[in-house]
Amino acid sequence: MIKRFLYSQKVAPYVFVLPFVLVFAIFWVYPLLSSFQMSFQQITLGQDSSFVGLDNYSKLLTDTVFLKAVVNSAVYMVLTLVILIPFPMLFAVLINNRLMWGREFFKSSFFFPALTSVVVAGTIFRLMFGEMEGSLINSVLGLFGLEPVKFLKGQTTGFIALLSLATWRWTGVNMLYFLSGLKSIPDDYYEAASIDGASSFQKFTRITMPLLKPVTIYVLTISIYAGLAMFIESMMLWNGNNSPKNIGLTIVGYLYRQGIEKNNLGYAAAVGIVLLLITMIINLTQLAFTGLFKKED
Amino acid sequence: MKVNKWFILLAALSLVLFMSGCGKSSGTAGGEQSVLDGGAGDNATELSYWTFVELHGKHFEKMLGKWNAANPDRQIKLNVTVMPYDDMHNKLSIALQTGTGAPDIADIELGKFPDFLKGTPQLEPLNDVIDPYRDTLVKSRVDLYSKDGVNYGIPTHVGASVAFYNTEILQEAGVDYTQIITWDDFKKAGIQVYEKTGKSMGTADTSATWQESMLLAQQGADFTDEQGNPKVNSPEMAKALTILKDLQDNNVIATIAGGQPDTEEAYGEFNSGKYATAFMPLWMMSRYTNYMSDLSGKIAIAPIPVIEPGMPRSVGGGGTGTVVTKTAKDIQLAKDFLAFAKLSEDANIEIWNTLGFDPVNMNVWSMQDVTHNPDNEFVKYFINNPFDVLNEIKDEIKLIKSVPASPTINNVLNTVTLNEIFEDGKDIQQALDDAQKQIEQELK
Repeated sequence: MIKRFLYSQKVAPYVFVLPFVLVFAIFWVYPLLSSFQMSFQQITLGQDSSFVGLDNYSKLLTDTVFLKAVVNSAVYMVLTLVILIPFPMLFAVLINNRLMWGREFFKSSFFFPALTSVVVAGTIFRLMFGEMEGSLINSVLGLFGLEPVKFLKGQTTGFIALLSLATWRWTGVNMLYFLSGLKSIPDDYYEAASIDGASSFQKFTRITMPLLKPVTIYVLTISIYAGLAMFIESMMLWNGNNSPKNIGLTIVGYLYRQGIEKNNLGYAAAVGIVLLLITMIINLTQLAFTGLFKKED
Repeated sequence: MKVNKWFILLAALSLVLFMSGCGKSSGTAGGEQSVLDGGAGDNATELSYWTFVELHGKHFEKMLGKWNAANPDRQIKLNVTVMPYDDMHNKLSIALQTGTGAPDIADIELGKFPDFLKGTPQLEPLNDVIDPYRDTLVKSRVDLYSKDGVNYGIPTHVGASVAFYNTEILQEAGVDYTQIITWDDFKKAGIQVYEKTGKSMGTADTSATWQESMLLAQQGADFTDEQGNPKVNSPEMAKALTILKDLQDNNVIATIAGGQPDTEEAYGEFNSGKYATAFMPLWMMSRYTNYMSDLSGKIAIAPIPVIEPGMPRSVGGGGTGTVVTKTAKDIQLAKDFLAFAKLSEDANIEIWNTLGFDPVNMNVWSMQDVTHNPDNEFVKYFINNPFDVLNEIKDEIKLIKSVPASPTINNVLNTVTLNEIFEDGKDIQQALDDAQKQIEQELK
């Protein structure tokens, strides 16, 4: 009986898919539904939770700190997109060029930061951007006769530090995505273009960029998500979740502050649901806009 | 076909193993762990203890040996885990909330304590073990960790705030710190220090409210009203910040890296002699001995300046309440040990000897042989004896209340308001009104 069951061509696929389905259901669907439910509740330490309807959401709408977190996350996301798509693409093209020397060296040295723990990297960047005269960046500024800057206390300067960390860390990873995309473009196209007298720039804009589109969309999608979900970088850079005037507070940071630090799990769940909605809306719009849902010809 | 069968079996087995692994807790809380046995035998009960101050473990180690010697049939092994401040409180909060994984005994810092008293506290009442010692303790410090007359935490120290002066800098500028009585005196001295040495007399703190607490206590005010509602835009608060801002505008005080004296960056700044004064609770002494060794023999302790002579010259600052959780293995044993380790006279003497804290048993304050022991590292480090100052101000140590709104008040002031005032020069009343609005909004 069991044998027949396991050898059945109809049943077997389900058995093999089952582990994934279970993991997906237990670690994704269940928490999602449960946090959706929690977002309508008031939950206090050691108490029975009670339903409060839309209270958490209506409070969120007037919460200026939450708004600040949303703006911070959005600005961070946009700026990482501006930096982390064109530059890695350019580097990938340069490294892919046969005339380029030390290709393997550049590939690995660009990728190396991704292997470093963000906790360690964040701590080092915090020291580099410290406000003391002796901290690395300030001592470099000192060489040019500039006054020390309190990097981590200002909105703009704080973001410079945050974006430097993101750029240092993710350029190599995105570059690898683009490199793998470049490998799939046949050399014939470039040869044909050369015969027709196309310049390097024309080849880049007419052949490379359009053919890299699927990779670009992928990088764009994960970068939008990563930008909006950023948390640890900020936490490490400011040595905790509380940056001066909340300049480094992100949506996830606010979720953490409410849920874990303030024990307000219902409210935190509402923050999480809003984050999910924002990410979904932006990404689905972007995917529809870039034509991913269109039928392939 | 045989291979297929084995493969399916293996797949099924790994799935079962994987699923069964989900329910197990890892059993460790992370952080630095050490087991103290204090000479305990095999029958000892092992209790776990979480703290965010490594030094507290040292004190418990001493008291554990004494407990085990005195109670052969109730011996204890203490499993101490030290974690960073935020980490420990967050983990403890989650463990208590879910009802699993909490330690038997834990330290909870004053600023976080109200969060743990919300609803029905998941902590054991400690009245019965505090009662025998109650007469010897500073009442306000015990009451800090209470709710509706029930004590949930045992205090570690009084935390009387004092001024720490770097006499080397002051001498260079020709300033005598013993003549500083009021903030006006402090301002005059500070201007002189800045003109003569180019150094700052003190710090303008942006990430802690020690200074505001001191100035509020002098005026008999608080961050909250009688009912515990936030009141940060009061005239007293505006006056406190106006005094501090005026000092900053005259180069008497300046913002410091790290935002306040009790941070790693600030230890470095003090150690290299860039600031002459820190206004902090007495426990700051242990930071001097541990992290600012260059200043040994240069620091004097004195009462903090007041707005007008006759105002109270100190306020209790910071503190840690040690608690027994509801899920503790042996609740009575944990409670008895805790009282022995923190409330007995012996414990209070050790708190001074090991930690350099001002103990909550004030009888110790007048034990000359203990407080003036020439071998004590704190007595050796500072120019004058801390207890000479403490005894001078002991009837003037005021209290800033710790209420459910306190964590939110601290968060808003320390991340936003003080930065706006001291870094951006925002109008004080405006900044305070905004803070009040924000706090009320968050507490809604």
